Amino acid sequence: MRKVIMGNHALSYGAMLSRVQVIAAYPITPQTQVVELLSEMCADKVLDAQFIKVESEHSAMAACLGASLAGARTFTATSAQGLALMHELLHWASGGRLPVVLGNINRAMAPGWSIWSDQNDSLSQRDTGWVQFYCGSNQEVLDSVIQAFKVAEKLHIPAMIILDAFSLSHTYEVVEVPEQEKVDEYLPPFQPKFRLTPDDPHAFGGLTSPDHYLELRYKLQKDMEKAPALIEETGQEFQELFGRKLGLVDPYQCDDAEIILVTSGTAGYTACVAVDHFRQQGLKVGNLRIRTFRPFPFEIVRDILSQAKKVAVVDRNISYGHHGIFYQEIKSALYGHSPVPVFGYITGLGGRDITLDTFRQIIEETQKNDAPSERISWIGVKK
Amino acid sequence: MKADKEIKKKRMRLSLPPEEYMHSGHLACQGCGATLAMRYALKALGPRTALSIPACCWSVIDGPFPYSSLSIPIFHCAFETAAVSAAGLKAGLEMVGDKETTVVAWAGDGGTFDIGIQALSGVAERNDNIIYVCYDNEAYMNTGIQRSSATPYGAWTTTTPVKHYKNRPKKDIDAIMAAHRIPYLATANISYPEDLYRKVRKAKDIKGTRFIHIYTPCPTGWKTRPEDTIKLGKLAVQTCIFPLYEVEDGSTWKINIKPRDKKPVKDYLRLQGRFRHLNEEAISFIQEEVDKKWARLLKYEEVSPL
Amino acid sequence: MKKQEPTPKIDFKSEKDMPLAPYSLGLMLHNFTGAWRNIRPEINLKECIQCGICWKFCPDTAIYIENEYPVIDYTYCKGCGLCAEECPTKCITMVEEEK
Ligand SMILES: Cc1ncc(C[n+]2csc(CCOP(=O)(O)OP(=O)(O)O)c2C)c(N)n1
Ligand code: SF4
Ligand code: SF4
Ligand code: SF4
Ligand SMILES: [Mg+2]
Repeated sequence: MRKVIMGNHALSYGAMLSRVQVIAAYPITPQTQVVELLSEMCADKVLDAQFIKVESEHSAMAACLGASLAGARTFTATSAQGLALMHELLHWASGGRLPVVLGNINRAMAPGWSIWSDQNDSLSQRDTGWVQFYCGSNQEVLDSVIQAFKVAEKLHIPAMIILDAFSLSHTYEVVEVPEQEKVDEYLPPFQPKFRLTPDDPHAFGGLTSPDHYLELRYKLQKDMEKAPALIEETGQEFQELFGRKLGLVDPYQCDDAEIILVTSGTAGYTACVAVDHFRQQGLKVGNLRIRTFRPFPFEIVRDILSQAKKVAVVDRNISYGHHGIFYQEIKSALYGHSPVPVFGYITGLGGRDITLDTFRQIIEETQKNDAPSERISWIGVKK
Repeated sequence: MKADKEIKKKRMRLSLPPEEYMHSGHLACQGCGATLAMRYALKALGPRTALSIPACCWSVIDGPFPYSSLSIPIFHCAFETAAVSAAGLKAGLEMVGDKETTVVAWAGDGGTFDIGIQALSGVAERNDNIIYVCYDNEAYMNTGIQRSSATPYGAWTTTTPVKHYKNRPKKDIDAIMAAHRIPYLATANISYPEDLYRKVRKAKDIKGTRFIHIYTPCPTGWKTRPEDTIKLGKLAVQTCIFPLYEVEDGSTWKINIKPRDKKPVKDYLRLQGRFRHLNEEAISFIQEEVDKKWARLLKYEEVSPL
Repeated sequence: MKKQEPTPKIDFKSEKDMPLAPYSLGLMLHNFTGAWRNIRPEINLKECIQCGICWKFCPDTAIYIENEYPVIDYTYCKGCGLCAEECPTKCITMVEEEK
């Protein structure tokens, strides 16, 4: 069924179709519609789930962990300050191997208060052991929730679906809402490898000595390393059933490109418009939208980018004292594999629009210089 | 062990069920009250129980991975999340078809009075269907005896050295929980195991948030002799420092033990190294405060249901 | 109430033997806490009135009942002295452990 829905509701429909069993969430702009629609779905019994209306995001994640440990499929959604408040428990989820799925609306961190988009909230959680998907359309948001449960539950690793504030969360797009039976076929009920039950009592998460901790984390990383192949595989399966592709990355006109832009989120779609524009002018530009940020899709990123003459990474985030976070990741992926120069640009923080003109400036600067400078290139700063 | 034939006829009288769900080999200090609380509570709860345990002595007592001292399942959870971890666990169990298991949050005073109070208040306000047990050893023992808001007036801890002993009263967590109008709340004490057992049994059959606050002496943190643990518990009740009572629906107070001759608090304080520095003046101040609090409790009972 | 049998120690040869997450696979009964003891409780059964108080107050579940009498399990008894202190007939005495 085709529906015109906002990005936030795409998350809710994704959760509903995944037949989540326990939801615990706390409202924050620009996430509120996700949980409003889910609470209606629960009240109307369209969705057979318990919705725990907690008093904070911290408790939201804690409740999800308890429910997930019991073997239930669990979902929550938040943004910025809420995600930061959950931080300790994000580690608890991955370390406890609990496949919670979380929708995060990318919003800039305060102060000053901002409700507008940037990626510092989710990227600050980079090292918590969660799979991270950055989405570029409402359709992708809905589809990603379903795929995320499949991947997360198979690996016992939690997953985050990330979308931009407003430019996706509150933007209405036509979305194909898949049929429940087909989703059921794709995503069977959660069959955990372990769970808490009095029938087979275990103590979960107790004191772990240096004799064991290293091995447990080794296992987590080993399973994380299985994720890229699993994402490709489940994405393929998704395409067969639903006709839409869900890959690690989304390349556009990269094959013969001399300059490849690296983008994520909705900026990835604006970048495609920019690519068309430059190609009309005879400039061979391509765009690589990174969909899966954790685990980082090293191989495919290398394969695509090493064919270019130059790479321009667009970051809507910053690691203060270093550089853009995607920029660091791309450089480390290429290190020792390809000499292609990588240019890094920071723009769009706190919801500043990333427009065709932004990309024009980025392309111009990339063309102009032979090698990237040590200094960060900021785009759009009023100087 | 061989006994004479004649005395063998008599049956051993046990005032609690013989089943044990807490086993030997655990890591608690000698004479630890917190372990007795667990042992009694589990006898009342039975095998179809699940616990959430945040950071506290009990997360150590239970034993390290890959072991446990309990034959019921435990979710070792984040320090500040005992209540809501239990609520999530309960919801999850129900959604996978287990409606029967009693889910119990088991936290120390720090995890209850301080860092966990937000999540606890949220659970109580929603009346989530769990039992919350706070075993109260009146300080952060896991991290080496630092003051908590449950530490009583006058006590030494490593963060309230004798020259600056704690000069604020113990937070009245029971009044706070009663104000949430939860269906059942009780104070209990490891020196009164039958009373403790009865209260946990009673709580088990009630729906909604139930709160049980258990007094548990800590020889290590209180600088007491391990063999005095039970004596201290009895004195806490006989002096009215830790009265035993129940509150139903936040409105009906019932005091379980009213000592005929209240013992002076001095008898209680002098057994404990943590109060050794107190002078007569400080002791009489504590006595006055205890008297006032006891009088207030009697009033509550008298005028209830409120 | 019954005597507890020690449980085996769990050894992981490699990470492959370990569970996915840190969860317990056995009880702590391999941990013979009797080694912590400096003084040991001894019961004079002649004076025992079988009240069960010692059993009730043992924080280590180290007293079991056999033939209607309390028996101290020295494998686990930590020697806290609570049983001796609370015994109404004072028929438990704490004696120095010979080391
Ligand atoms: C967020 C967080 N802050 C601090 C700690 C350190 N910590 C662990 S246990 C504990 C004190 C526990 O005190 P209480 O709840 O009274 O239990 P007890 O140890 O006394 O049994 C502290 C401060 C922690 N684990 N997590
Ligand atoms: S420090 Fe106190 S509460 Fe903790 S195990 Fe030792 S005696 Fe028990
Ligand atoms: S001395 Fe303590 S540990 Fe040993 S049997 Fe007596 S009460 Fe139990
Ligand atoms: S407390 Fe003393 S009298 Fe009672 S059963 Fe134990 S040894 Fe016997
Ligand atoms: Mg404490």
